[in-house]
Amino acid sequence: MTAIPAPVPAAPAALRARRRAVTRRMLFRLAVTAVVVWSLAPFLWQLSTSFQRDRDLSSVTPHWLPVPGTLEHYRAVFTDYEFGKYLANSVIVTVTATAIGLLLAALATYALARLPVPGKGVVLAVVLGLSMFPQISIVVPLYLVLNSLGLLDTYTGLSGSYVGLALPLMIFVLYAHFRSLPTQLDEAAAIDGAGLLRTLRSVILPLALPGIAAAGMLGFITNWNEFMLALAFTSSPEHQTVPVGIAGFQSQYFVPWGDMAAASVVVTLPLVLIVMLFQRRIVAGVTSGAVKE
Amino acid sequence: MGHLAFFHRTPGHTPLRGKHRTPSLEHPQLTSGPEGPRRRVPPRESSSAAPRLTGIVLLAPALAAVLAVSLYPVLRTLWLSLHDAGFSSGSHFTGTANLSRLLGDGLFWNAWWRTVAFAFGTTLVETALGIGFALVLHQSFRGRGWARAAVLIPWAIPTVVTSRMFGWIFDGQSGVANYLLTRLHLTDGYVNFLGDPHTALATIGLADVWKTTPFMALLVLAALQTVPKELGESAKIDGASPWCTFRSVTLPVIAPALLIAALIRVLDAFRVFDLPYVLTGGGPADSTETLSTFGYKTLFSGLELGYGSMIATAAFLTEVLIAAGFAYYLSRRYRALEG
Repeated sequence: MTAIPAPVPAAPAALRARRRAVTRRMLFRLAVTAVVVWSLAPFLWQLSTSFQRDRDLSSVTPHWLPVPGTLEHYRAVFTDYEFGKYLANSVIVTVTATAIGLLLAALATYALARLPVPGKGVVLAVVLGLSMFPQISIVVPLYLVLNSLGLLDTYTGLSGSYVGLALPLMIFVLYAHFRSLPTQLDEAAAIDGAGLLRTLRSVILPLALPGIAAAGMLGFITNWNEFMLALAFTSSPEHQTVPVGIAGFQSQYFVPWGDMAAASVVVTLPLVLIVMLFQRRIVAGVTSGAVKE
Repeated sequence: MGHLAFFHRTPGHTPLRGKHRTPSLEHPQLTSGPEGPRRRVPPRESSSAAPRLTGIVLLAPALAAVLAVSLYPVLRTLWLSLHDAGFSSGSHFTGTANLSRLLGDGLFWNAWWRTVAFAFGTTLVETALGIGFALVLHQSFRGRGWARAAVLIPWAIPTVVTSRMFGWIFDGQSGVANYLLTRLHLTDGYVNFLGDPHTALATIGLADVWKTTPFMALLVLAALQTVPKELGESAKIDGASPWCTFRSVTLPVIAPALLIAALIRVLDAFRVFDLPYVLTGGGPADSTETLSTFGYKTLFSGLELGYGSMIATAAFLTEVLIAAGFAYYLSRRYRALEG
């Protein structure tokens, strides 16, 4: 197709074109701003709320900035609500589940992506399909199993369940990365006399590190945010996780919006930092399958 | 969320169909098999079976873990739904008694329709918004990394926290939404968004849209990266308007990915639990009761294991139906394209 060269534009036309380009750029900036404001505003409002005094929060005209501010809500969160406990529980459950899950997922994905396992297509499809099951249809049997094992309201029971739940997600993120490495790597390692496990440990894993990081982060976020199973399987603050703690926030006389905001900020900040630091990695990890082929 | 890495593979390369990148050529000893004809190359005896066995051994723990927390519980839920059971009391088989109760239960049908409407409604809005976000974030501009990070934040925030945020923003007395809407004269007086049966579900829908649009945007962004740049440029040279270029060049290319992303979203939105459970508890007047909250309450507050499992099974089967519907549509579309 040949583009017909436009006739040399007269001065007013050129002016109009330039004006249109400027308008377009302005509109684009406006769109970027709208997208960013829409995404950040609720969180920023929560941040501001967490530093405001209760009397300012209940006034008719909202105070946009926490002036004069207070740290009272943060104090209440950690002393009155003993939020440190929930945080510790969440860290213990999430980190164990994510670490064990990542190990199992790496081994399984290595087999699926690079070894001649029979029926791997079926296995992948089944794992994918199972990850789509609604939690409401698995919660009671798991409850009954944990109950008969004496694992209700324990770290082991909850993080054990999370291992299985986050696995499909991790396997699919890892799969794309493991497949993208050339097969000659395995062959070269075999010629050098490395066994399969040695190949996995010394060749594949180091090269797939970005994918492993992405899978780990996605698994961490999934487990950190999980609510229904934590609600069903834990019953005491000794083992309840952060989402259960925040859902249970109550005060006898009024809704403690300031305290809730402070607690929200405390649990969200680590995630916000992860996203800020690893934005590129997350986008790449999630989208790699699409881009690479 | 990582499914998309898997899903997004182009139709020519579908791991679901079990095509390996390395077919028989790489492992000739496997195709000939132990009873096969004489092997030309004397294979190392151990190497023919070893990778296979190692593979199975490596796969087994993960597969066992996944099956233990998904397939087994779903089957047991199905089994429980045929019983009259409690947590402490014994259970006895009642056949289809729970099913007939379910089919005649107005509360169930209301929750079912509500959940379906919620799932498709929010997915529609999220898809439209997600496309918009992705188109913006796909351009190159200064600070794009920061903008992308900002968009991802709602997705990373725990849903329970999102619930609290929106509960505060849309509070009937001190909510900032009420203040702004009244100031802009969009509403006459303060609206009790979450306490009014007419607005509660929509408010929860808005919270869901806020939280999951980033997911959509991310998927669309991934799909946009597969659109060849030259296509858009030649359309531009031919004098196509941006809208026209989007509709006739970009959209057809990203359509399959878009459909699959929408499927993942619909299935996920259909399970919605955290938002209504924390924000409204299913109220007011059951106006935000979804299948998940209805089932959870029946199971853990009503302690009716049998009937609750029936509700859970209904939720599960609906998901299967939705997935099957999408799969059918996608396969027909592809065949139409190929033929």
